[in-house]
Amino acid sequence: MAKLIVYYAHPGHKYSHANKAMAAEARDVDGITFVDLYAEYPRFEINIDREQQRLLDHDVILFQFPMFWYSTPSLIKEWQDLVLEHGFAYGVGGDKLAGKCMILAVTAAGQNDAYTRQGYQQHPIRTFLTPLEQTAKLCHMDFSAPYVLYGSLRAPQEGLLEPHVEGYRKLLEAIRDDRYDLQAAVHGEVIACNELPILEGA
Amino acid sequence: MGEILLLAFLFLIAGVVAVPIASRLGLGSVLGYLIAGIAISPILKQLDVDVVSIQHFAEFGVVMMLFLVGLELEPRLLWSMRNKLLGLGGLQVGVTAALVMGIAMALGQPWSVAMAVGMVFALSSTAIVLQTLNEKGLMKSDGGQSSFSVLLFQDIAVIPMLAFIPLLALSELASVANSAADDGHGTGMSLVDGLSAWQQFGVTIVAISAVIVGGSYLTRPVFRFIATAKLRELFTAVALMMVVGIALLMTLVGLSPALGTFLAGVVLANSEYRHELESDIDPFKGLLLGLFFITVGAAINFDLLFANFGQIIALTSGLILIKSSVLLALAYAFKITNANRWLFSLGLAQAGEFGFVLLAFTVANGVIPAPLADKLLLVVALSMLLTPALFILYDKVIAPRYAGAQAREADEIDEDGSIIIAGVGRFGGVINRILLSAGYKTVVLDHHSEHLERLRAFDIKVFFGDATRPDLLHAAGIDNARMLIIAIDDREQAIEMVRYVVEHYPHIYIVARAFDRHHVYELWAAGCRDIIREHFDGSVRAARSALEALGHHPYDAERQTRGYVENDKVAMRELAGLYDPDIPVHENTAYVERTKAILASHEDAMRQSMAGFGSRIERGWLPPSLDDQAAAIADNAAKDGSSTQ
Repeated sequence: MAKLIVYYAHPGHKYSHANKAMAAEARDVDGITFVDLYAEYPRFEINIDREQQRLLDHDVILFQFPMFWYSTPSLIKEWQDLVLEHGFAYGVGGDKLAGKCMILAVTAAGQNDAYTRQGYQQHPIRTFLTPLEQTAKLCHMDFSAPYVLYGSLRAPQEGLLEPHVEGYRKLLEAIRDDRYDLQAAVHGEVIACNELPILEGA
Repeated sequence: MGEILLLAFLFLIAGVVAVPIASRLGLGSVLGYLIAGIAISPILKQLDVDVVSIQHFAEFGVVMMLFLVGLELEPRLLWSMRNKLLGLGGLQVGVTAALVMGIAMALGQPWSVAMAVGMVFALSSTAIVLQTLNEKGLMKSDGGQSSFSVLLFQDIAVIPMLAFIPLLALSELASVANSAADDGHGTGMSLVDGLSAWQQFGVTIVAISAVIVGGSYLTRPVFRFIATAKLRELFTAVALMMVVGIALLMTLVGLSPALGTFLAGVVLANSEYRHELESDIDPFKGLLLGLFFITVGAAINFDLLFANFGQIIALTSGLILIKSSVLLALAYAFKITNANRWLFSLGLAQAGEFGFVLLAFTVANGVIPAPLADKLLLVVALSMLLTPALFILYDKVIAPRYAGAQAREADEIDEDGSIIIAGVGRFGGVINRILLSAGYKTVVLDHHSEHLERLRAFDIKVFFGDATRPDLLHAAGIDNARMLIIAIDDREQAIEMVRYVVEHYPHIYIVARAFDRHHVYELWAAGCRDIIREHFDGSVRAARSALEALGHHPYDAERQTRGYVENDKVAMRELAGLYDPDIPVHENTAYVERTKAILASHEDAMRQSMAGFGSRIERGWLPPSLDDQAAAIADNAAKDGSSTQ
């Protein structure tokens, strides 16, 4: 059993549809740790020791958040700045996270085709996530392909949210039960709810 | 009665006229007083006033000054000065006395007279030098500290000198001396007459111990007892009683009163009553010293001076030259650098008020013949009169050359600028702890003895005193402070304090605690721009806690309350501008109208969205509506289309 922690961050939780539904689902999964960062640190006073201990206690670190201006909500940045200390996460003696795995579960308002060279975002979504990817690398962690929901604002109307939330539960349970094919996921580009690399019968 | 009033008026008006003029001309207050003395000396002569006996009375100002100096000097600091005190002070007195003695003998004086003259001239003027150094803010500089060490040593050295001088008595003068032995220099009363040397020593030790033990253990209960009467003048009376009592005790056992009060000051330097004592004694010291300087000016015997003009001037300049040379050599030896070296050498180059005392004593004991003593008296007075000129020389010629070094000194004083916290109950206490933990120096004032005792038990340094008194604020160092935090319990006095400090010390940043909304407006009107309502943060937090418990997401609760605080702050600023302390709120139409408008807009906002107060908090993270989205996509598609065509 892999120990999984889900860090959820959405400052406008009550306006959210996709993330709120996903968070409710994740909170409901047994045997994993769920943290609502904005609920725990509404005034940004992050407890570094507690967070580092949480990282030590888990094998897979998952961040669930909406893309804001091609990046994370600001509290995740604050969390990174404070928790991933030199000597802990990177640098001299900074090997405490080595071998762990980082996974992102992001929602983007833009459609699938917007995140292409020709689309209005002009880059694939992975390009905007490279800071996190490199963060994982610097901390000697694996970086798994992100679980992405495009067009998140219209997803509920178009019937796309429900399968995404269902897939999210499957993803979390599979990681927990060591049935998630991390090898395949590490080499993938992005992962959608209908193509989860789950190993059956493991 | 009438005569006393006339004299008092004469001295006061001379000082009041001369000192501001001298200060404006950059000559310093001391020269102002001296000139005032010279100016009124003909009138005094006409009235047949005994200037010398007034001078002896005024010398008590020196005693008070040393008490105040002691208060500023913690025992630890005094201990760290011991090398300078003994080395620098001892060498200055010894070398100067020896040189003066040699020259006097070369001029044909017998060795005993020469030695007495050496001792008289070795001393400098504590009154002039300390007063001037304080006035110029040079007391904390290296030169100031060295000067102080030497002066303190001299004050101590007077005692063995007084013991030694009678041994030098000339036989032919001895008979005259016997008849004039008690001439009223405090030697009239004594507890130690007729005791053997070791008994005298024992009495001395007992007296000093009494000062130290009494200062350490009696002050607190006495002041606590006095505090129950709640009369301010009683504190002044107690402070005066202490200083006078110690001086009396020291005189009775044949010690220097200045030394005794200085010791008492050092003992009380760590006491919570330090600033209270300081502000009570300070005006007396100032007036007495002023009187002293006036009498020095008035006592100059111009007839004698003009009769022996060349000789007196030569002696005076010779004395200043010798003293400053010795001091300069010592400054090199003790590595006093730059401008400080010159400050030290020129500042202490005069003879001092103890010279007057010693001269009278030598005459009384038949050591120096009276005609010679009269001339020497002139030399002492003239050298004191010239001291302000030497300080001006230092200021205008020497200090500018070391401008770089001076700038560094000024920075040090800046750093010294402390934060004054008035009132240290629950509110001020937290502020103090946080500022201290951030490494700031705070001066905490409170007039509740129960607060003091509670905090003292936790080793928190607090001073007793009513912080609303300007003189106490002054004693607490408001001139050099960078910030004042007002956390006193009395709302009217807090307003008064803001008004006073804003007017007199506009550079000081004030943080004031307000009790309620109207107190905020009043403090604002008084000129404070950083006002904290004491219960506001607490009630906001309680509201936030309630929202969280009602199931609001903690971050929403945070945003909601933050929005309230923001709106409230804006409304408060606006209303503070309309508030007029002279008009009752309900009669202030502008204020009432604006309040109504603000309340109405709050209600509107609440009716529109259940969320809270206006749009301010609703702006975060609202996704665009579906219509906006569709429009944006259509827009982008159109652009893409045009660019690919």
